[in-house]
Amino acid sequence: MSKYTLNVNGKAHAVDVEADTPLLWALRDTLGLVGTKYGCGIGACGACTVHLDGQPARACQLPVSAVGKHKITTIEGLDAHAKHPLQQAWQELDVPQCGYCQAGQIMTACSLLKQHPRPSDAQIDEAMAGNLCRCATYTRIRAGIHRAAEIAVAGKGKK
Amino acid sequence: MKRAMPSPSRRGFLKQSAAAGAALVLGVRAGGVVAAAADPNAGEFAPNPFIRIAQDGQVTLVSKQPEIGQGIKTSLPMVIAEELDVPWQNVRVVQGDLNPAYGSQGAGGSTSTPTNYEPFHRLGATARTMLVEAAAQAWGVPAGECRASQGDVLHEASGRKLGYGALVKVAATLPVPDAKLVQLKDPASYRLLGTRVSGVDNGLVVSGKPLFGIDTQLPGMLYATYVKCPTLGGRPVSANLAAIKAMPGVKDAFLVEGTDNLNGLRAGVAIVANSTWNAFRARKKLQVQWDEGDGAQHSWAGFAAQAQAAGKQPGAAVLRKDGDVEAALAGAARSVEAAYTYPFISHASMEPQNCTAWFKPLEGSLELWAPTQNPGAGQALVASTFGLPKEKILLHITRSGGGFGRRLSSDFIVEAAAIAQKVNAPVKLTWMREDDLQQDHFRAGGFHFLRGGVDEHGKLVAWHDHFVTFANRVERKGQDGSVESVLQPGSGGNLSGDEFPARWAANCLLEQTPIECRIPMGPWRAPGSNVFAWVIHSFIDELAHAGGRDPVEFRLELLGDKDMVAGTGERGVPYNVARMRGVLQAVAEKSGWGKKKFARGQGAGVAFHFSHRGYVAEVAEVTVSKEGKLTVDRVVVVSDIGAQIVNLSGAENQVQGAVVDGLSTLMYPSLDVEHGRIVQTNFHEYPLLRMPDTPTTIEAHFLKTDYPVTGLGEPVFPPLAPAVCNAIFAATGKRVRELPLSKADLSWS
Repeated sequence: MSKYTLNVNGKAHAVDVEADTPLLWALRDTLGLVGTKYGCGIGACGACTVHLDGQPARACQLPVSAVGKHKITTIEGLDAHAKHPLQQAWQELDVPQCGYCQAGQIMTACSLLKQHPRPSDAQIDEAMAGNLCRCATYTRIRAGIHRAAEIAVAGKGKK
Repeated sequence: MKRAMPSPSRRGFLKQSAAAGAALVLGVRAGGVVAAAADPNAGEFAPNPFIRIAQDGQVTLVSKQPEIGQGIKTSLPMVIAEELDVPWQNVRVVQGDLNPAYGSQGAGGSTSTPTNYEPFHRLGATARTMLVEAAAQAWGVPAGECRASQGDVLHEASGRKLGYGALVKVAATLPVPDAKLVQLKDPASYRLLGTRVSGVDNGLVVSGKPLFGIDTQLPGMLYATYVKCPTLGGRPVSANLAAIKAMPGVKDAFLVEGTDNLNGLRAGVAIVANSTWNAFRARKKLQVQWDEGDGAQHSWAGFAAQAQAAGKQPGAAVLRKDGDVEAALAGAARSVEAAYTYPFISHASMEPQNCTAWFKPLEGSLELWAPTQNPGAGQALVASTFGLPKEKILLHITRSGGGFGRRLSSDFIVEAAAIAQKVNAPVKLTWMREDDLQQDHFRAGGFHFLRGGVDEHGKLVAWHDHFVTFANRVERKGQDGSVESVLQPGSGGNLSGDEFPARWAANCLLEQTPIECRIPMGPWRAPGSNVFAWVIHSFIDELAHAGGRDPVEFRLELLGDKDMVAGTGERGVPYNVARMRGVLQAVAEKSGWGKKKFARGQGAGVAFHFSHRGYVAEVAEVTVSKEGKLTVDRVVVVSDIGAQIVNLSGAENQVQGAVVDGLSTLMYPSLDVEHGRIVQTNFHEYPLLRMPDTPTTIEAHFLKTDYPVTGLGEPVFPPLAPAVCNAIFAATGKRVRELPLSKADLSWS
């Protein structure tokens, strides 16, 4: 085992794991941040999506030894008060069914909104195609992203 | 064979101290159940195991049913809150453990709502009645002059008001009235039921808080995975255990002897480590010599050949024989013959199977944290497998990351229990996705050999379905104690002799032939119905077109004028024809059936199905490009699930989800079987629908009828596939008779 220092949600964390340990399992088993989910282990479902320097990344495909000083953001660190527009919209529109995939959906949607603050349906389809929802809540995820965009714009207006 | 673990039945549970288990007796845990009607010393009012009201007015309601994404943790407490007459924001919902005080706790068959709806009204009304009585006593007025309203009791004549919290002490001393006699609210006065309420755990979901079984964390916990024979039904003979134990972080590795029950504890190899990844890494290096057993002969191609041969012969069992099908077919103006085929599929819940178990040898007890739909069955399987008394097994029900019937099985629970007995620590068993996909209790594949005929008016006169299904050989005990070996069709692989259009078609023959296999099967969302509806309503459509009839009109004529048709035979269920006509006529109207002009490559299709007490009809509108790409443009759903929608948001979510899941299951998933093994390994080979294929318009309509309130987790699923396939036929003239749809060439010119 080796010691690595991970920058997660703005804090430095020492983890003592094998070099090939995917970030997913360091987050879940070592740091107890279980919001990032195991779905497939091959980067095919998106349940483990986190941000690496603000860009969406599959935590199951990222060995801890490769993370280096890059800043990791997980669902737990998306907003200090869990009031990110996507988190608000998801609750307002009652998006989840089982909820297991939703952290990954929100992390991916967050990157989409940074790139396209008012995304079209086509842009949503393209950005979200890597995230599987077995309950098939896509209709509401789509609506939730549009609603979050509205909330974000309204929030900026107030500032 | 090296046996690292004693056979389960000889495990020493019973030898352990019985006295030490007292603290584990269910129902006495903190935050659990108050068994007595009301306990004035507790400082809160708890007239039944589901309701606690604190002196500050905070209301805690227990959700006893497992939450798997169907929304029951929100909807059933809403029923109590409505009758209790408290503002929803004053309500906190907690998940109950498995506990006999709660009654039945299974989440399957869309039964949670119908079986609990009225009793839950009475739970809330009982508490409200007592709070009103407590206020009446405090004021010295007749209870009839007081009424409850949103967390207060009012005496309007004197303008007095007391909050529930202030009434807790007095209410807790009152006798609990007979729940059957308490006055329920007039539905016209409902303030909460029928509104849109966001799921009670949504805040935790969107902030990534621990919630699911796989999120369970305990001090000193170890992590395990479990490997079974890829050839289904096989068992390990030996494995490179020494090499595995030498790998980083691995604490132990051992063989587990299973039982003969394909749906129980199956033999395998356990790997226990200090992290999930260390267990998974070791699993990739595991080398096992397997005894593959009879399952090694299985292949899908072989099954298909067997089915083709069987289809040419009379069925092994006649499920129904009305009139004379042969004569009716001979006399029919038009007849159609077709074979419909569908593959085995996996549940693929997003949260892989897992369970955390903690065996405490001194107490002879086992504590479980399980994402299960069927906690009682899990406890019973663990008890019977290891000879452990049920009262020594405490099971915490966690949220499930999807169910779809997968978690009605308890294999992952009994495996965790087996591993926990070998390690002196709490242990979380997590299946790798590959194991989850390949070691499922699968939705059975099937083959339907159909013949049907219509007369010169285009009216259905003959229906023949020879269903070739899959079955496991099981030992069944007779009443006289004798044991016989029987072929038991997989869950959902057993056609009812009443399956539509039986009971309507005057000349009807339903036959069934099982193919024996070692593939474990289990219930999959709307078992049977999830694919029978596709077969039946696709073939009905073929017959409607053969007779030159409009598909809606043909179906209405088939349903006929009777309002009720009784069930027949052992598995018969009464069918309320009036309710089905209602949803069919409504979906035709709301979709504008027959009024739209579709260009070539576009079309609409209709289907209906009765399952899980729900009557549902759907119309799908599709576009098929010349190259054969399918787009589902619009789906209109009309459901009749009784007199009241509990949570409108939850209900609409179930409709939208069932439509898209129905479309996904139609289009993509398919498992191949070779050498008794599932060929597909993970989501890259087992595609499911994603955002780009999601229909843009899904309309959910509910017909409120004067019938009991029933569930919605399943009944919307079955009609979707045939509605889409019938629309594809209307658009292209191509009939889809084999699933998945992605294998079909839909191109046209």
